[in-house]
Amino acid sequence: MIHVDRAAGLTTVQDLGRPGHRGRGIGAGGAADHLALVTANMLVGNASAAAALEITLVGPTLSVDRPISIALAGADLGMRIDGIACPPWRAFDLPAHGCIDFTGRRAGCRAILAVAGGIDVAPVLGSRATDLRAGIGGVAGRALRAGDVLPVGPPPAWRPPAGPALATDLRSHGGGTVRFIAGPEADWFTAAARDTFATSAYTLTPESDRMGCRLAGPPLPRAAPRDMLSQTVLPGTVQVPPGGMPIVLLADAPVTGGYPRIGVVITVDLPIVAQTMPGDSLRFHEVGLDEAVALCRERRRALARLQVGLSCGETRR
Amino acid sequence: MRLSSLGDSALVVRIAPDEAAGDAATIEALRAAVAGLATANLPGVVDVAAASATVTLVFDPTMTSVGTLGPLVEHLLRARSERPAPAPRAVSLPVCYGGAHGPDLDAVAEHTGLDPNTVIRLHTNARYRVAMIGFLPGFPYLVGLPAALAMPRLAEPRMQVPAGAVGIAGDRTGVYPLASPGGWRIIGRTPLPLFRPDRDPPTLLAAGDIVRFTPIDAAAFDRLATEAGR
Repeated sequence: MIHVDRAAGLTTVQDLGRPGHRGRGIGAGGAADHLALVTANMLVGNASAAAALEITLVGPTLSVDRPISIALAGADLGMRIDGIACPPWRAFDLPAHGCIDFTGRRAGCRAILAVAGGIDVAPVLGSRATDLRAGIGGVAGRALRAGDVLPVGPPPAWRPPAGPALATDLRSHGGGTVRFIAGPEADWFTAAARDTFATSAYTLTPESDRMGCRLAGPPLPRAAPRDMLSQTVLPGTVQVPPGGMPIVLLADAPVTGGYPRIGVVITVDLPIVAQTMPGDSLRFHEVGLDEAVALCRERRRALARLQVGLSCGETRR
Repeated sequence: MRLSSLGDSALVVRIAPDEAAGDAATIEALRAAVAGLATANLPGVVDVAAASATVTLVFDPTMTSVGTLGPLVEHLLRARSERPAPAPRAVSLPVCYGGAHGPDLDAVAEHTGLDPNTVIRLHTNARYRVAMIGFLPGFPYLVGLPAALAMPRLAEPRMQVPAGAVGIAGDRTGVYPLASPGGWRIIGRTPLPLFRPDRDPPTLLAAGDIVRFTPIDAAAFDRLATEAGR
């Protein structure tokens, strides 16, 4: 059991999401930063799909009654165990009655806190992920509150060693450049607008949330006014409403959208978007589909290497 | 049929031109395509769904690619083109029109030059089809709205529209399954839950369903809402 002694900011239970229900209007949702989720789960010996806590900007105060392994990945929100600083991308042992708190953000936007055995709330439509808009998954479909008690699943049969970690250059940080593939309506924009999108810095605004990152920067005018039907959108899709300010959709993206899609951020760079906080800026660099696919496969190999590294140094529980 | 990619993890199959979105033939073609592609269990494909006049396959880009899936999809759709999709279901939705449940009924009447009772009669006499589900879990985009009732969206969307709100936007009508911000003109409200995550299927309506609205009074709304646990 994990006790939520104090809630702050937005902390939700997330896993890899619930794909398979788009036709019913239900998006996959799940952790905004899949890389952080998968890595944190690996570090405690969980399956990648195990549910963890996604902590946004400000962390809660948590305690446990029994000893448990935990791992942190993604943002550095100043986590401490019983007052001792614990950097992300590592696993730690939490003693009985141990207490976790957060002293303040240092880097990134969303931290994943995985526990050995996973957060064992009841799955809804095949997933434990919290969908705040639909009010399903996690704890009663909402963010954590003080007084919540989170069940933890049975610990995995093996315990990875403390040593290996994801290569530092793969760790997700916010801000900087993300790569995108041109979207289906890219040619609805003027050539100058497409050039502006690919060369300018855009700042994340405070209205950003798990549905989408709203950006401010040079506007992106359309070549001609045109009506658009509702079309498929996914996490990473960059939509441009009539005001010309792009929105990068995130994990809780709706399944369809009615604004032209100038681009789609490639899968391996979605963690960068998820870790960018309001006030930070992003730049967009166009790549081709082949490059995006090659990068996906490379990322998968890097995660496989980490898994092998952890398995080779396995220690019995 | 034309295939294109959407980012690195989705394949989009165009079934009809956008102009034909909402046509009965397009709705049927989309249903047949979704049924055929979803039951094929293509390796790496995690979701198959229709939007307007296209079908999108979402896949794990480390397991498959547009290049691998494209020929399989073309083959499956050709092979299935003769077979019709399962018969559509007919669903009747009770709606309490006007008053607190339909704050835009008078505005629709004014815009269309009809009296409110005529708006209700036209809205309830029509037979609708679910062209697609989108926007929110279980939100039906319904085609078949009488042309006399067409009306643009609100210029400024409301911050909060209640679950069950029945609205008009352009030549479509729809029902909000969840409380949400929204710009559709709200003319009434149904007490039936359209999104019910503890049930299988989790939404009352699916693409292709035939929908009719039946008028109820506020007392009947309250009774049905209580029964539905709203």
